[in-house]
Amino acid sequence: MRRIISILMENQPGALSRVVGLFSQRNYNINSLTVAPTEDPSLSRLTLTTVGDDRKIEQIVKHLNKLVDVAKLVDLTEGSHIERELMLIKVKATGAQRAEVKRVADIFRGIVVDITPTMYTIQLAGTSDKLDGFLAALAGTPILEVARTGVSGIARGEKVLSL
Amino acid sequence: MTLLSGGDMLLRALHDEGVDIIFGYPGGAALHIYDAIYNQDKVEHILVRHEQAATHAADGYARATGKAGVVLVTSGPGATNAITGIATAYMDSIPLIVISGQVGRASLGSDAFQETDMIGVSRPIVKHSFMVQNPEDIPDIVKKAFYIATTGRPGPVVIDIPKDVTDPSTKFEYTYPETVKIRSYIPPSKGHSGQIKKAVDILLAASRPIIYTGGGVIMGDGSLLLTELVRKLGYPVTNTLMGLGGYPAPDKQFLGMLGMHGTYEANMAMHEADVILAIGARFDDRVTNSNVKNFCPNAIILHVDIDPASISKTVTAHVPIVGPVAAVLKEMLELIESAKTKIDSAALAGWWEKINHWRTRDSLKVTPSGNETIKPQQVIQALYEITKGDAYITSDVGQHQMFAAQYYHFDKPRRWINSGGLGTMGFGLPAAMGVQLAFPEATVACVTGEGSIQMNIQELATCNQYALPIKIVNLNNEALGMVKQWQDMQYAGRYSHSTYADSLPDFVKLAEAYGHVGIRIEKLSELKEKMQYAFSLKDKLVFLDIAVDKEEHVYPMAIRGGAMSDMYLSKTERS
Ligand SMILES: Cc1ncc(C[n+]2csc(CCOP(=O)(O)OP(=O)(O)O)c2C)c(N)n1
Ligand SMILES: [Mg+2]
Repeated sequence: MRRIISILMENQPGALSRVVGLFSQRNYNINSLTVAPTEDPSLSRLTLTTVGDDRKIEQIVKHLNKLVDVAKLVDLTEGSHIERELMLIKVKATGAQRAEVKRVADIFRGIVVDITPTMYTIQLAGTSDKLDGFLAALAGTPILEVARTGVSGIARGEKVLSL
Repeated sequence: MTLLSGGDMLLRALHDEGVDIIFGYPGGAALHIYDAIYNQDKVEHILVRHEQAATHAADGYARATGKAGVVLVTSGPGATNAITGIATAYMDSIPLIVISGQVGRASLGSDAFQETDMIGVSRPIVKHSFMVQNPEDIPDIVKKAFYIATTGRPGPVVIDIPKDVTDPSTKFEYTYPETVKIRSYIPPSKGHSGQIKKAVDILLAASRPIIYTGGGVIMGDGSLLLTELVRKLGYPVTNTLMGLGGYPAPDKQFLGMLGMHGTYEANMAMHEADVILAIGARFDDRVTNSNVKNFCPNAIILHVDIDPASISKTVTAHVPIVGPVAAVLKEMLELIESAKTKIDSAALAGWWEKINHWRTRDSLKVTPSGNETIKPQQVIQALYEITKGDAYITSDVGQHQMFAAQYYHFDKPRRWINSGGLGTMGFGLPAAMGVQLAFPEATVACVTGEGSIQMNIQELATCNQYALPIKIVNLNNEALGMVKQWQDMQYAGRYSHSTYADSLPDFVKLAEAYGHVGIRIEKLSELKEKMQYAFSLKDKLVFLDIAVDKEEHVYPMAIRGGAMSDMYLSKTERS
C-alpha cells in the first residue's frame, strides 16, 4: 500500500542523508520526497511516499523514529489527510493544439505560467493521481519537460504534527 | 573562565566526561589533538599498531566495563581503518566514541590529501555522528556524543573534527555542560505497565515456558534481576551467544546457549515451548535459522527490548514491551510477588522431565581421540578448570569461538567478549587489550584460531609496549576451520581456499620476536600442565599455540532450512 510519511526533524547538515540512507540501507523504497524548513527554522519537514505492507511500514516508522535527528513523524495515510503535489510541465503547443492544451489545462485547473509561440508551461497542483490524470489527458501532445515536487501533506482536522 | 584551544578542549571534555583511557593512532589531521594529549596527564592514550585494533580495544574495554570506549584516529586511511571496528560495535550495540581527524574546513570537499568523507562512510554503522563546525561546539558535542552512545540501545558515535578546529593558537571559553537534553532523542526509561502485567499473567499461566535472553541483559545490567526472576519462577533459561553470562551457566536451570550451535535441550525446549519470554534478544537468524515460519510454532512470544525496531522485526511478538531490561525485570518481579495466579507446578514438573530427558542426549559430550591428539573442546575445558571459571575470555571468529561459548561456563556478565553480530575475525587480541587495561589484575584470555589471530597479530607489539599479560589460546587446526566445516557439510569436502598448513608461521618464534613467551602444545598428556604453567606467568603475555584435531566439527549444528528442533548432533547423527 502507498503511504505518506511526514517527518519533523532537526534542520541539521547530515539529517537528510541519514533519512535517505536508511531507506537504501534497509532496502525500502522512496517514491517521492520533499523537504524544507518549517516556520521554526531549526526544524525541517520532510514528506516521503513509499509502498509496503503493514509490517514493512511499521519497521520503516520505527527505524525513522530511531534516527537521532528525527523529532516526530506521522503516517498521514493512517487518517484522513490532504495531499498535494505541484507539477510544472512544458508542452508543445502549436496550431490547433494550442487551444486544445489550454482547454485540458482549464479542466484540470492548471495555470499557464509561461508561453512562447510554440509551447506552454503549465502549473498544476493536486494529488499525485490528478497529476497523473493530467499527463494521461495530454496524450498526443508532445511533452517537453516535467518537473514534479513530490507529495506534501497534512492531516485533516485538529491533528497537528508539531513538537 | 578557562580559555582553551579546540584540541585542549577535546581532552578536557573527555576528562570531564570521566574518560581515563583512549585508544588511537596519530596522523596529520589529528596532530593538534596529539599535541594536546602530550600536554596533559589526565587521559592516558594507548598507541595501537592499526586503527582497527584501536576500535576493538575500546570495544573490549566497553563490553567489560559498561563504560563507553574512546578511539582517536586521523583522517583518510586512519578513519577508514576504523570502519570494521565501528561496524562490529554497531552490530553488538556497544557504546563507542570514535574521534576522527579531518582535513581543515577550508579544504573540505576538495579531495585534499587524506580526505575521506568519514561522516558519509560511517553513516550506516553509527548510532549518530557529528561534524564539528566550530571549536566552541566541542564541549557540547562531546557531552551529546557520550549521552547518545551510552543511553537507549547503545552504539558507536563518530565525531569528525577538521584540523583547524583544534588549532592550538586560537582559544575559546570552555565550560563542560552538566546536563544534556536532545529534544529529538528521548530513550525510554520504563516499560508500559499494562503490557508488563499482561506478559506476567501469560508467563505465570504457561505450562511449557522458557526464558530466552540476549546481549541486552548484559548491556542493560539486568543479570542479577534476571537471575532472581528465573529462580523465582523455576523456569528454564537459555542465552544467545551475546547473552552468555547473563545467567550463571553452571546453574541447573540453565539449558546452555541456543541457536545455530546451541545445545539440543535449549533448541528443543524453544521449539516445544508454549510461552517464550525474550529479553534483550532480537530473534536473529543465528537463532531462528532464517526460518521464521517454522520457528517455535506453539509459542506465545513476550518480547522485552529497549529498541522498538527489534520487536516484531523477524518474529511477531504477541506482547511487545519496549523498555530498559532492568526496569522491566524489576516491575515483573514485583508483579509476580503479588500475583494471584499460581504457577501450575504439575505442568512445570512435566516440562522439566521432558527437558531432563533431552539433556540425556548430552549434546556437548566430548569424545577423546584415544591417543595424544588434542580435541579443541578439551582445551576450553582445561582453560575453564585452570582459570576456575573466573577469567575474562575474548574470542575471535570461527570454530574456536563456538567451542569457547559452549565449554566455558560463564557465571557473570561482561566476561564473554566476542563479535557476535558482525563476526569479525581479528577482534580477539585487541579486545583483550582493552579488557586487560580496564582490569590490570584480572586474568584475560583470548581464545583464537591461527586464521583469526593473523588478522591483528601486529598488536603483540602494543601488548609488549604496555606490558599486557594476556594469555593467547590459539586452537591451531591449520585451517579456516569453520569455513572448512561448511565445505565438508555442504560442498562435499572441496576445501576451496580454507587450508594453508604449509605456510603457517612459527607462532612460538613470532611471540618471542615481539618480546613475549611462546609455548607449543601438541600432546594431550602435556595440555594441562603446560597451560597451567602459562597461566602461572602472571606478568607475561603467553602465546599458547595448541595443535588440535584438524577434522573436528562444531556440534550441535542447525540443519539449513529446518526448525529449531532440526540439528546435526555429530557427523553421523541428526535430531
Ligand atoms: C574478517 C573476516 N573475514 C572472513 C570471515 C569468514 N570466516 C568465518 S570463520 C572463518 C575461519 C576462521 O579461522 P580460524 O581463525 O583459524 O578459526 P577456526 O574456525 O579454525 O577455529 C572465516 C574465514 C570472518 N568471519 N571475518
Ligand atoms: Mg583455524
